[in-house]
Amino acid sequence: MSDLRFLSLEKLTLSYGKNIAVPEMDLDIAKGELVALLGPSGCGKTTTMRAIAGLMAPSSGSIILDNVDITRSPANKRPVGLVFQSYALFPHLNVYENVAFGLKLMGVRGSLLDETVKEGLKTVGLSTFATRKPAELSGGQQQRVSLARSMVMEPKVLLLDEPLSNLDARLRLEMRNELQRVQKESGVTMIFVTHDQVEALAMADRIIVMLDGHIEQIGTPEDIYNRPISDFVADFVGFENVFSLNDGKLKTANGMVALSGDIPADAKGLAWRPAMVTLGDGPFEGTIRGTSFAGGTREYLLETSLGQIKAECDASLPAHAFGATLKFDLPVARAASLSRVGSL
Amino acid sequence: MTSRLFSPIVLLLVLTFLIGPFLIIIAASLSAGETLAFPPQGLSLRWVFKVFEVESFRASFGISMFLAIGGTLAALILGIPASYALSRYKVPGAETIRTIVSSPIIVPGIIVGLALLRYFVVPFNFGILFALFMAHTALILPYAVRVVSASLNNLRSDIEEAAVLLGSSRVGAFFRVVMPNIRGGILAAFILGFVTSFNQVPVSLFLSGPGVRTLPIDMLSYMEITYDPSVAALSALLAFMSLGIVFLAERFLGFSRYV
Repeated sequence: MSDLRFLSLEKLTLSYGKNIAVPEMDLDIAKGELVALLGPSGCGKTTTMRAIAGLMAPSSGSIILDNVDITRSPANKRPVGLVFQSYALFPHLNVYENVAFGLKLMGVRGSLLDETVKEGLKTVGLSTFATRKPAELSGGQQQRVSLARSMVMEPKVLLLDEPLSNLDARLRLEMRNELQRVQKESGVTMIFVTHDQVEALAMADRIIVMLDGHIEQIGTPEDIYNRPISDFVADFVGFENVFSLNDGKLKTANGMVALSGDIPADAKGLAWRPAMVTLGDGPFEGTIRGTSFAGGTREYLLETSLGQIKAECDASLPAHAFGATLKFDLPVARAASLSRVGSL
Repeated sequence: MTSRLFSPIVLLLVLTFLIGPFLIIIAASLSAGETLAFPPQGLSLRWVFKVFEVESFRASFGISMFLAIGGTLAALILGIPASYALSRYKVPGAETIRTIVSSPIIVPGIIVGLALLRYFVVPFNFGILFALFMAHTALILPYAVRVVSASLNNLRSDIEEAAVLLGSSRVGAFFRVVMPNIRGGILAAFILGFVTSFNQVPVSLFLSGPGVRTLPIDMLSYMEITYDPSVAALSALLAFMSLGIVFLAERFLGFSRYV
C-alpha cells in the first residue's frame, strides 16, 4: 500500500501572498512511476513541483514521502532531486566537479566519490567530458550533466522542470528516450513538468492534467488521449470539436442541435477529433474555409451551422476545393463523452 | 580628403591631452636642476631617490595604503551583501537605496568633505584616522555596489537553489556557488576602490589633520613650501603604480569587462 502512496500530497495549499495558486490538492504517486504534470502556463504545476522540492513552503496541507512527513523539512535535507529547466550548472566547476558537488556535501570522499561520479557520467554518456566547463557544452549535454548531478544523489523522487523545452526537435526525441531509459534502469520515481501534451503522452506512465491550480484529470496516456473527461482536457489533447450538451442536444452558436444515436446518460458534453468527423455524407453541411495538407492526412476547416468544424481525411482521397460545400456527420458512437464542461 | 585627415588629428589631440601631462611629469622628475621645470635641466635620478628620503612622504604613503586597502575591504564587506540583497530580493525602495548608495560619487567631493567635517567629525570628536577611514569607505561603497551588482545580475539565481537541493545550506550556497562566480567582479571592485581612494583629494583635504595626512594631501603641502622636482618624481611613481595595477588586472581578469 505504501508503494502506491510513495509520495502523497494531502490537502496541499500553495499560495503567493494572498493569491492561492494551488488550493487543497490531493495526489498519490506510486514508487518507480514516471509521472507527467501537464498543463498550460500558470496552472500551478511548477508551483507544485517547487513545493515538493522544498523551495516553497505550503500554507497548509502536507507532503508525505516514503512514510515520512517532509512538509516542514528544509530543501537541503529532502531526498528529492530537481533538474532545472535552465539546468543550473555551476559555471565555475567542470562537469566532474558539478556531479561531485552534492556527494561531497554528503561526506562521500576518495575512491567511492570518484567511482560514483564516473558511474553517473557513464550513465548519461558523458565520460569523456569530465574536464569540460558547462559553457563548453551543448544544451543537450548540459541537460545530461544536470541529470547525472541529481541522479548520483540517489533521490527518492526526481523532479524535472520542462526537461525538453530548451532542446531542438531532434535532441528532444533523443532526450525523451534517454530520460525513459535512465528512469526505468534506476527505478527512481520521476515527476516531470511540461506544457507539451505530446511529450507527456510519449514519456509518462501516468499523466496529471492540471488547470487553474486543480487536477483536471489523472490517467494513463491512453486514458487521457482517448477518454478525456472534460472539455479542457479534450481540447488540450486534440479533440478540436468540443460541444456541451443540453437535454441531449448539442449546444452550438446557432442554438440546440439534435444528434442521432445514443448519447450516454451522464454526458455533459461530446468531443470529436478531426479524424472522427465523417466527411462526404451525413445530416450536416459545411463550406470549406481552409485546407491543409499534413502528409498522410488532409485537414479541412468547415464553416457550418454548428460553428466551425475541423475535419480530417486520408490524403490519398481526392482533395475538396476551397469554398466547396460538403456533407458531414458527427457520429455519437465515436465521440468522447465528457462528464465535465465549462472550463473552456 | 579633409574628413580623412580630420579624425587622426582629433585622435592625436586627445592622446596628447591625455598622455602629455604624464610625459611632462616624467621628464620633469628626471631633471638635475633644483626647481620644478620643463623642459628639465639636465638628466639625473636624484629626485626619484629623494622621494624615498622624505619622512612625511613615507608616513603619508602608509596612511594612504591603509585607507585604500582598509577602506576598500570595508566597502566590499558592506557592499557585497547589499548588492546581493538588491539583486536577489524584492527590496522595498530598491531604487532609492541604489541612489543613496551612489550619492558620494554624485555630490562634489568638496561638499562631502565639508559636510563630514562640520556635521560628523567635529560634533562627535572623531579621531582623524577614523574619520578618514569612514569617509573613504563611504566613497568606495558606490563602486563596490555597482561592480558587484553587475556581476551578480549576470549570474543566474537558480544555481543557488540547485546547490540547496544538493544539500547545501542557503549561506553555504552563497559561498560555494555565488562567490566563486563573482570573484572577478569583486577583484575589479577592489582595484577600482583602491585607485579611487588612493587618488582622492577633496574629501581627504578637509579631514586630514596634524600628523595624519594622505599622500596626495602631503604632496600638496610639500609643494607649498618646497618647489623641487621630487613631487614630480613621486607623481610619476604613483602613476606607474596605478598603471601597473590596472595592467595586471586587465591581463589576468579582463578588468574592462567589469567596469
